[in-house]
Parts: sequence; C-alpha cells; structure tokens
Amino acid sequence: MIGRKFASLVGLAMAAVLVLVGCGTSSTAGKGTVHILAVWSGAEQDSFKAVIAPFEASTGIKVQYESTRDVDALLQTRLAAGNPPEIASLPSPSTLTKLAGQGKLVQLDNGILDMTTFNAQYAPGWIDLGKVNGKLYEIFAWAAVKGLVWYNPTKFTAKGYQVPTNWQDLMTLSSTIKSGGTTPWCIAVENGAASGWAGSDWVKEIVLSQAGPDVYNSWWQGKTKWTDPAIKAAWQTWGTVLGPNNSNVYGGKNYILSTSFANGGDPMFKNPPKCYMHNQASFITDNFVKQDKAVPGTDFKFFPLPDVNAQYAGAHVGAGDAFSMLKDTPQARQLIKYLTTPDAQAIWVKRGGKLSPNKTFDLANYPDDITKQVAQVMTGAKIFAFDAGDLMPTTMRDAYWAAVLSFVADQSKLDSILAHLDSVQATAYK
Amino acid sequence: MDFSQLLADVPTLVAVIVGVPVVLAAYIIGGEYLVRLLPDKARPSVRPWIWVGPALAFVGVFLVYPVFGTAYRSLFDLSGDNFVGLSNYANQLSGFPAGGAWIAIRNNLYWLAFFTILVLLFGLLFAVLTDRVPYESPIKSLIFMPMAISFVAIALIWKFMYSYQPPGEPQTGTVNAILAVFHQDPRIWVQDPNLANQALIVAAVWGFVGFAMVILSAALKGIPGDLLEAARVDGAGELTIFRRIIFPLMMPTIVVVGTTLVIFALKAFDIVYVMTNGNYDTDVLANRMYKLLNAAQDYGNASAVAIILVAAVIPVLIFNLRQFRAVEARR
Repeated sequence: MIGRKFASLVGLAMAAVLVLVGCGTSSTAGKGTVHILAVWSGAEQDSFKAVIAPFEASTGIKVQYESTRDVDALLQTRLAAGNPPEIASLPSPSTLTKLAGQGKLVQLDNGILDMTTFNAQYAPGWIDLGKVNGKLYEIFAWAAVKGLVWYNPTKFTAKGYQVPTNWQDLMTLSSTIKSGGTTPWCIAVENGAASGWAGSDWVKEIVLSQAGPDVYNSWWQGKTKWTDPAIKAAWQTWGTVLGPNNSNVYGGKNYILSTSFANGGDPMFKNPPKCYMHNQASFITDNFVKQDKAVPGTDFKFFPLPDVNAQYAGAHVGAGDAFSMLKDTPQARQLIKYLTTPDAQAIWVKRGGKLSPNKTFDLANYPDDITKQVAQVMTGAKIFAFDAGDLMPTTMRDAYWAAVLSFVADQSKLDSILAHLDSVQATAYK
Repeated sequence: MDFSQLLADVPTLVAVIVGVPVVLAAYIIGGEYLVRLLPDKARPSVRPWIWVGPALAFVGVFLVYPVFGTAYRSLFDLSGDNFVGLSNYANQLSGFPAGGAWIAIRNNLYWLAFFTILVLLFGLLFAVLTDRVPYESPIKSLIFMPMAISFVAIALIWKFMYSYQPPGEPQTGTVNAILAVFHQDPRIWVQDPNLANQALIVAAVWGFVGFAMVILSAALKGIPGDLLEAARVDGAGELTIFRRIIFPLMMPTIVVVGTTLVIFALKAFDIVYVMTNGNYDTDVLANRMYKLLNAAQDYGNASAVAIILVAAVIPVLIFNLRQFRAVEARR
C-alpha cells in the first residue's frame, strides 16, 4: 500500500502548487497594473519609460511595458487568445482602424477622455485621424514630419548653392550640382523586411504636393487606382529626381537598393561630399549626430521639400504614434488620458526624436533649434496629411514598398509595376 | 534593468518546475494503480497505452489536430466564415510561372537542389579531409561553429559580408573586398534578382555544413580500419578506396543527412525573411505563408500554402523513415 500513501502525498503536493499559483497570479500590486504593447526598444524604450515614471509615481499604478518589432502579428495573436494588453501603440494606424471596425477597441470619446479639453488641444486633423465611423478610437501622443531635405550648409555656401524655394529651383539646383561633377542626392531604401519605405516617402510627398489632398486621401483609401494619371505622374516626378538610370543619386541603383536607410545620409558628410541633399523624416538627425559626428546647425540643416504644385502650397506629410485601448480598465483610462497631456509628451520631446501634436505644447520644450523648426513646419503646414502608407492595409503598404524597389531597379517598368499594385489594391481593402 | 516582471513570473515558473513532474508522476502512479486492478491477462495489452498515452495526446493536440485544422481552414475565405472549396489552392497555383505561389515554389526547388547538394558535398569533403590531418578537432570545431549561431544572426552576418560600396570606394563587405583584390567591380549580391537566391543559399550552406560534416565524419570513423587495410594490401589506390569502399558504406548516412537537408530546404524561412523578405524574386513558401498570415490576415490562403508545403514534405518524410528503418535493419 506504499503506492496509495505516495499518491496522497502527490495529491498534497499538487494542492500546494495550486495554492502557490493562485497567490502568484492574483494581482497584489497597490493600485493595479496596466499593460502596454509598443514597438520601442533601446533608447526609445528608455524615453518611453521616462514618460511613464511620473505617472507611476503619482498614481501608484504599475505600467508593464512590452516591446516587439512585429507588433501587428503579436497584437493579433494576443487578441485571438483573448489576452490583449489594455493599451497598444502602433506606428501605423491602419491595423488599429481595422480592429476598431471589428469592435475590438474601446471608444474614447464616450466618457473616457474629456472631449472639451481634447478638442481644444488637438488640431481637427489629428482627431479625425483617430476616428472610425465618427467615433474616436485612437489618440496620437507623438509625431514626426517627413519630406525634410537635409543639407550641409557649409558645403552649400562653399559652392554658392542657394536653398531652393520651389520645385523648379530644386530641379535647377540638382542639375547645377550634377554638372559640377557630384551626384546631387543621397537615397537609401534598404531596411530588412521593410525595405522600400524610405523611397515610398518620396512618392507620397509628391502625390500630396502635386495632386493635392483629395487625390491623396482617395488614393490611400483605395478609391484612386495606382494607374491613375495623378499617381503615375507622382512616380514620374520622383523618376526625374532620381534621373535616368538613377544618375542623380550617389552610387546609383546598386547603392540605393543595398544601403540601409540609416546610412543614407552618410556620404553627404564625406570630404569632399558625395552628395548634397538627403530627403528623410525628422528622426534622422539622431543618425547624423551619432554616426557622422555632425553638428546640428553647422554641419546640417533642412529645408522642407518645395511645393511641386503651387496650388497645394505648404503641404506636408507626417506620421505619429497611435494609441488605442483594447480593454477598458480604470488604470488604462488614466494612462491614456495622461498620454494626451503636453506634460507627458514634453518628457520624450526633450529627450529628442519626437514632436508633440498637441496645440498647446510649448515650443521651448524642443531640445534644439532644428527640432523647433521641424515642429514649426508641422504646426505651420497648410495641408497636413498622415503617412499614406501607414494608412493603407498592410498588404497594400508592403506591395507599395516592394514597388519602390522594382521602380529603382528599372524605371522603365513603371506601367507594369503600377498595374501590379492595382491588382493588389483590388483585394487588399476587403 | 527592470526585474519586477521577471519576479512576478517566479511563482508560475516554480509551479511549472514542480508541477509538471508531479503531474507526470501522479499520472504514472495512478495509471499503474488502475492497471493492477485489471485481471492479469488484460494488463499487458493496456499498460503500453497508458505509457504511450501522454506522448500520443501531445502529438495529437499539437500536431495532428492543427494539420487537419489547417487543411479544413484552407477551404474557407480569409475571415474563415465562408466555404470557398479549393479556390485558395487555385489562387496559389494560378498564373504559372510568375503568379500565385510559383516564384516561391521555384525558389524552394532551388533551395532543395543547391542547398542539399552543396551542404552534402562540402560536408563530405570536410569529413574526409579532416579525417587525415592531426589537428582534426580544432578544424572540425571551427567548421561546426556556425551551427551554434541562429539563422537570423547568420542572415545578418552575411548581409555584412555582401555589403556594397560604389566602385572606387573601400569595400566594407568581405565578398566585394575579395572581388576588389582581383580588380573586379563590386556587385549587389542580395538585391540583384539574378544573384539573390544563390547569395541566400550560400549563407545557409555556411551555416549548415558543420552539421553534415559531423554526422558524415562519425559514419566515416565507423568504417572498420581492417577493411581499408585489406583494400590497400590488395593494391587499391586511395581514390579507388573512397569510391568503392568508403562511399558505398557511407551511403545510408548520406541519404539520411540528405533527406534532413531536403526538409530544411523546404522549410527555409529565417534567412529569406531577414535578408530580403521575399523581394528580388527570392520568396519561399514559408515566407509567403507568413506574409499571408500576418500582413494580409488571410487565413484561408495562408493555410493553403501551409498545406502545399506539408504535401511537399510528406514524401520526403516517408522516404526518410524507410531509410531509417533500413539502416536500423542493417545493424
């Protein structure tokens, strides 16, 4: 009967284990916990944690931050498992919009946010961006501006180049530089699985500035075809920037395709420079400073990509970090409210790399003059549009990025590239 | 570093470390107890099932059920609500040679042929050559070392190896630097559709050749020395010995290693995902499935690709099992 004795012993051990598990998983933290899923790691994660620290200190709520680069996939998995985080932040709102349509998100303008304050602090453009069927599901805590042409002011002055104020001037400058024996542009689009996005920025900026916001919006919504003359014209305009066989770009096709976007601006800082201009979003200054030991203001400055079509002057493309609530808890409500405040946003802005979309945000919070000027481009924009690629369904966006690679490889294939994008568009929006 | 999350998981960890063995022990003891209640004659036919039960349950729940679930799912549309028959398969297999999944299928065939042959060839070469040198183990360790690197890291390493600078600039990538020594223009290896597949396969071969070498080397050492001695006494040259004695004796092992490599080639994913994500005509079935599943959220078509992949692997698996049995029988 040793067996029976042992069995009861085993039973006792199992009971003990269950009790232990019970104690461990029941939340004993003071004011509760809120889980948040986002893409930031490394320095960005440190910045986000710095934002969270005062919130935790003042409310006693513990914020469990989880980081992943493959956030779409992980969020879908967690949702399918019935275990989503309370809050998620995604660089592209299209996934959140899709989830809102499926009823997976918590409506925010229904007692969670103080809408009087929120409406007073946010421009209608940012609010509308977070709305699905007229209800608010996403808020934006930080933003970035795209379509900034970075240049080296010292080298510009040495050659007597002037900062162009319209598209024609830019094209003239480009050919002047080229006739001087140097390639005018640096462009690099490699980024692992996301290769191509850096070139797609060019195309969407040109669509907005050349064809206007109406075409831009119906384009990312899938209502305007890629073969539409307006969209095709934008690719062709980019083609004139690249030049025949990409001859306006340092290293040509091979360099554009094989170089990481993060190193895209490096040749500009060589002596003598290999190129004079580099179009990239506001975050790239971090790379200039760290990789190229460049000094903001002396070694690099920017001018906004000039208006292609004067009719749509002052059009700019931006991007932002969208936040949504997937589970309605009091702790999550507090955190989402906190993230809309200028105080919370200022913490990261001061640490560099981000702008605040909040209208009441004090410009003095920007760490340097260049960031302040970038913020002014955003607030002063007459037409401000969110990154079209990030608003498209993921399949469409991925095909768009891949199309950039094909276009750079062989510009003469534009028609077949656009026809392929149309075929993706036909199914991607279902 | 924030350890609070780790600490919060400690009770769960303890529960798993203590709980799993406890549950298993309870199962075995309980099962044995039940078997003893049976009449003597019935015991031998029941006992094996009790022992093999947990393994069967695991395989059933985590392998058999998902396979059939996937096959079932592949007959529905992307949301999984509407039955669409075989149209997902029609999608994937339409538009030969460039549409649907055909580029991916073609590339999997490339992988299957070149990856398998190159790994076997170099594995065999290294096994035979290192067998004859006094410093065998350090050399073998070096060649085996890439096996310890994850394939994501291998992909990143080779991205550096293939990196490109315009002609005239110092080449930072090893491969182009070697070309520069011979006064050749640098090439883009990974971004050129004519070279990309080969470039990816070479990276995978580098990562896997140690595996083949180690197993083939063990087989080589298993060949009795007196056999080779006898051949030499009979006047056979070393090449003849390799061709007529060593190679035939190693054949069963080569086949087993080969089939393992074929299965790996069919499942190839990480290197492609990291280095090109299927751009530049390098897509493979596993990457296509991943994209359909995660980017497009198209469960129907993703399942169809998965089933195509399973269908391709099954004959190899059957062959492999037969081969295993044949090798066992010979012992």
